[in-house]
Amino acid sequence: MVSLFFLLIVAVALAAFAFGRSRGRAFVGGGARLHSLPVYHGLFLATLCVLPMLVVLAAWTPVAPRYVEARTLAALPAELAPQTTLEKEGRLREARLVALGQFAGTPDAGTTVAAGAYAGARTEAEVTLLVLGLAGAAAGFVFGRRRLAPDFRARNSFEHVTKVVLIACSGVAILTTVGIVFSVLFETLRFFARYPWYDFLFGLQWSPQTAIRADQVGQSGTFGAVPLFAGTTLIMLIAMMVAGPVGLFAAIYMSEYATPRVRAVAKPVLEVLAGIPTVVFGFFAALTVAPFIKNVGESLGLSVASESALAAGLVMGVMIIPFVSSLSDDVINAVPQSLRDGSYGMGATRSETIKRVVLPAALPGIVSALMLAISRAVGETMIVVMAAGLAGNLTFNPLEAVTTVTVQIKTLLVGDQEFDSAKTLSAFALGFVLFFFTLALNIIALRIVRKYREQYD
Amino acid sequence: MTDIAAPPQGARRFGLSSAEAQARLRRRHAAEARFRAYGIGAIALAAIFLVVLIGDVIVKAMPAFTEYRLTMTVTPTLEQVSSDGTTDPQALRSGDYDAVLRRGLQELFPQVTTRALRRKLNNDLLSSGAAMTLRNRVLADPSAIGQPVTIEALLDDAADLYLKGLMTGRRESVGQGQAQVTLDGEDVVLTSSAPDFARALAEVKESLREEAAADRREAARLTAAAADVAGDQREALQKRIADLEGDAAAAEARAAAADAPERLTADLPSKLVFINGGIVKLTEIGASEARGTVLVPLANTDAVTAGGWDILTLTQPEANRRLDDQVVAWLEDLKQRGMVASHFASRFFTSGDSREPEQAGILGALIGSALTMLVTLVLCLPIGVGAAVYLEEFAPKNRLTDLIEVNINNLAAVPSIVFGLLGLAMFLNFFGLPRSAPLVGGLVLALLVLPTIIIASRAALKSVPPSIREAALGIGASHQQAVFHHVLPLAMPGIMTGTIIGMAHALGETAPLLLIGMVAFIVDVPGSITDAATALPVQIYLWSDLPEPLFQAKTAAAILVLLAFLFIMNGLAILLRRRFERRW
Amino acid sequence: MTTMPNIELAKATVAEVADEAATKVVAREVNVYYADKHALHDVSIDIPEKAVTAFIGPSGCGKSTFLRCINRMNDTISICRVSGRIEIDGSDIYDRNLDPVQLRAKVGMVFQKPNPFPKSIYENVAYGPRIHGLTSSKADLDEVVTMSLKRAGLYEEVKDRLASPGTGLSGGQQQRLCIARAIAVNPEVILMDEPCSALDPIATAKIEELIDELRENYTIVIVTHSMQQAARVSQRTAFFHLGKLVEEGPTEQIFTAPQDKRTQDYITGRFG
Repeated sequence: MVSLFFLLIVAVALAAFAFGRSRGRAFVGGGARLHSLPVYHGLFLATLCVLPMLVVLAAWTPVAPRYVEARTLAALPAELAPQTTLEKEGRLREARLVALGQFAGTPDAGTTVAAGAYAGARTEAEVTLLVLGLAGAAAGFVFGRRRLAPDFRARNSFEHVTKVVLIACSGVAILTTVGIVFSVLFETLRFFARYPWYDFLFGLQWSPQTAIRADQVGQSGTFGAVPLFAGTTLIMLIAMMVAGPVGLFAAIYMSEYATPRVRAVAKPVLEVLAGIPTVVFGFFAALTVAPFIKNVGESLGLSVASESALAAGLVMGVMIIPFVSSLSDDVINAVPQSLRDGSYGMGATRSETIKRVVLPAALPGIVSALMLAISRAVGETMIVVMAAGLAGNLTFNPLEAVTTVTVQIKTLLVGDQEFDSAKTLSAFALGFVLFFFTLALNIIALRIVRKYREQYD
Repeated sequence: MTDIAAPPQGARRFGLSSAEAQARLRRRHAAEARFRAYGIGAIALAAIFLVVLIGDVIVKAMPAFTEYRLTMTVTPTLEQVSSDGTTDPQALRSGDYDAVLRRGLQELFPQVTTRALRRKLNNDLLSSGAAMTLRNRVLADPSAIGQPVTIEALLDDAADLYLKGLMTGRRESVGQGQAQVTLDGEDVVLTSSAPDFARALAEVKESLREEAAADRREAARLTAAAADVAGDQREALQKRIADLEGDAAAAEARAAAADAPERLTADLPSKLVFINGGIVKLTEIGASEARGTVLVPLANTDAVTAGGWDILTLTQPEANRRLDDQVVAWLEDLKQRGMVASHFASRFFTSGDSREPEQAGILGALIGSALTMLVTLVLCLPIGVGAAVYLEEFAPKNRLTDLIEVNINNLAAVPSIVFGLLGLAMFLNFFGLPRSAPLVGGLVLALLVLPTIIIASRAALKSVPPSIREAALGIGASHQQAVFHHVLPLAMPGIMTGTIIGMAHALGETAPLLLIGMVAFIVDVPGSITDAATALPVQIYLWSDLPEPLFQAKTAAAILVLLAFLFIMNGLAILLRRRFERRW
Repeated sequence: MTTMPNIELAKATVAEVADEAATKVVAREVNVYYADKHALHDVSIDIPEKAVTAFIGPSGCGKSTFLRCINRMNDTISICRVSGRIEIDGSDIYDRNLDPVQLRAKVGMVFQKPNPFPKSIYENVAYGPRIHGLTSSKADLDEVVTMSLKRAGLYEEVKDRLASPGTGLSGGQQQRLCIARAIAVNPEVILMDEPCSALDPIATAKIEELIDELRENYTIVIVTHSMQQAARVSQRTAFFHLGKLVEEGPTEQIFTAPQDKRTQDYITGRFG
């Protein structure tokens, strides 16, 4: 249906464009002197027709499913009305399948009634979309057509609309942020309404398993997130111990030592490393590095968990190397050559110049690069999902399994979920913490970088 | 400006001559060399890791690109393949093709008569995909019904892995002496004129010794671990340690008795003897003779000269593998008969996901990824370019545009899983868009790569010199005409480069897709952007979690496909940059 | 002024008067290439000890390039290649066994734009003695720093704020700080690459005065754009044009009786 509507939009746009342009040409034929080219008359009319249709679609999309759902449920006889969310969803799913003719088996009476209502409501919704859309297009057309005249400033009007569209495009960035904030904020507030926030932030035990039946023990679950924060920190620290020095030294070598030939080899290596998807690193961590560490550890008589923090951290560190090195490369290159010349001119060796002049001068930039890398490590998901554990152990032993914030978000939200349970909502609370933590790191880091850039501009 | 008379007191004259200065200089140069070595080391480390990573994936992926098929001739009869006795396609679709294959297998191994063995033959050798191959064959040409049909039947994954040498180590040794075969009831007794069986016995004793050593190591490890725990756990551990020590002692005792015959139990490596066209599994082995059961019947019981018979050792004990010795014997027999062969596994690229590892393919995931990327591209290219054009060309310098800019920079660094949360809460729960659909995946990924594209497009627009703009404005073009007719086309190569890199990033992105439900097990290849689908990286994630070794190989193979796409895209971006890069 | 009788004699006489000491730097047939570009052609010159030698010439004539050859600063540019021979005190500085690090400690350099390190004034001056290990104690180092600042004529202005950043000084002070930094390692030769081009006239006058005083202890080579400056501070002047050394001699001779037409054109302002 929606794709049909899109086709309709295209058709309307083309028709309106053709009409407007021919009107413009007719003016020229009539000997009038046009302010704008005929093309702009066409474009003007087309935009006026398409914009209302898009607005209608945007408004219809969230409303229609709710309307259909409500109608479907209302059609059920009172004695069959669903009592729980689970029942409701099951009923709706069955009704949809029956209406689409994809239901395997024979539906019960309630579902059959609901399916009829579902099909009816759907048709109504679709017709409404078509009617409203076409009405909007017609209104736009009538309004625009009346304005077409030889001295009409079609180009200026069209450009005005274009500019609004361009502004809207830039606004998407803001809308995205607002969307993120709202989607995590609301659910987080709902979570904190059920579970005290201080227990969440400072609690030492994480066991989100809620019982299916209300009479089971521990049915409420405990959501003390400290083990997750500790696990995230542990893996992040291991990663930074790899990525920090290696990335920094790689950057120093690339910017201060490497001959063009070495650079031609080393740069692609780092770029390829940067381009490898995290799921591939996760596969490598889980299936190659973790068993390797376990074997080595056990041959040394250590007991190593098969999902050790060390494996996930090491591989994550390698993943971040190109990130650290390219950011550090930038800041090192921003240090003016005159400082290096000053140092060489006094007889300093390269490494003395780097250690005593270049790095101290680039320090703020390097610090911010490391902060961005930390934010990247904390937010990384796939490597830890595949190679780190699920149990919230509060430990700083890198050979044991720990879990992280991102692993828990993924675990809590993937698979069957009741949308209203504390378990599901806690994932949003974790997302909230993650989002604001990384946001704060990024803002600080970007600010430092900007200050640093200004210093040498 | 005084005190110019003499050089500073503290500074000593130095030069090439002073020994102290020389030593100091050497130290400084050593430090220099060290520092430089760290840099080279860092780069080398990254390079080695990359090579190991890719090499590891390639090695792991190899088994997924080939598959073993059994070439067999079967005769489908109408009553077997048609549910109602007609050749109506609908009826043929629901026929019992397994029965046809069962009969075909029966003909290959007529000696298999017991119920248990027949079930093993029917279930463990062929993949359930073999029946599909036959069905498609019959559907394509119903006239084949009643005629002998030769098909290439796909082997089950365990059998396939055995033939690829991934199930167990194999060691073949040719019989050195003349072998005598004697029947003893159900069993066969073998003797050799050379110490073939003595050597085999020694191998068994060696295995026992290794087993004992492994038990002792494990016991030592557990003893260390037991020190840290208390209570029930400790007791359980201690019991386990005692068991291990007991096992080790028993195995050592057996190994020490050098000539005592050994029973080949399922926890020892298996030994199969190929003799007189049949296969005998050794159950008991002594210094001069061995006793075994027949897995594939012998043609006769004649004596065999040296070199005419072989002993095959399967290093992985039967208890530790998914394929027992009987099936191994059948496979070896079929191999000798030249009926199983390795083929290129084109199925991997042409079929969707499956629960059976040998039948699983990536087509569904590829199409899912393609649809998702399509949605992403359609959304983020116009929006990204529009935003970049506005910010770079039209935006006044005010707080709002400042805010937008800060926003874009920050969005670029938001963890991808947070975008998944956005997709889940907004697109699925608020807008009610379908779960698991490429539409939603594309929307989320579009928002994810939007900052990348905006930043790259702005850089491209910025690199177009103002003189172009001024020239257009100078001949009376409007600001927008100048931008859309002149500046934007000149910036297009840069914008395309940025877009391709952004799309490559989106193609490899996994976490947000997990949250919007693109992780479901979906066999069908999706047909539209609202169908339930999965994507290539998510498929990789799903398969990597499965225990079957063949799925691991397929995971690695899927990774290779993903990396190939990424290399192509990045290569394209580099090419575009080289081809159209312009210095103003 | 167009005819110059007895040129040989006059030159020799002036040389004898100007420096009883020997020649410090000897360059013979120095050629410099940047990738494919031939930047300097067969430059041969003798630079006397404890005197100021000025290199003058239009932009891009190779005078800075030649200056940077004297302490091998060109080594830091990967595409740069130098041939020919430069000797300081009779030893070849492009000898394979010679260490540029040690050379640069002996031949200091002051750059066009003041480039103090983003560190304190004290640390800026102490940098050289520290990396070369010239001092054995903190008191020693303090003394070297103080001395160097005094010799650079900066001490009185900064003695109360040695710990504040060197980048906070004025342009002229920064340049004097760079000179102090250069003399802290006790070099024998100081190369100055247009040291006053970024400074105002008052700061320039101070630097020129300083150069004149430093002449007593150091061999100074200065590249300058300003002919007046060359005339004011130098004893000998070399004129470079299009990568060639056109003429070289006592300063008063170059300015009053140039031998070469091009030199004359340049100093009379026909081109430049």
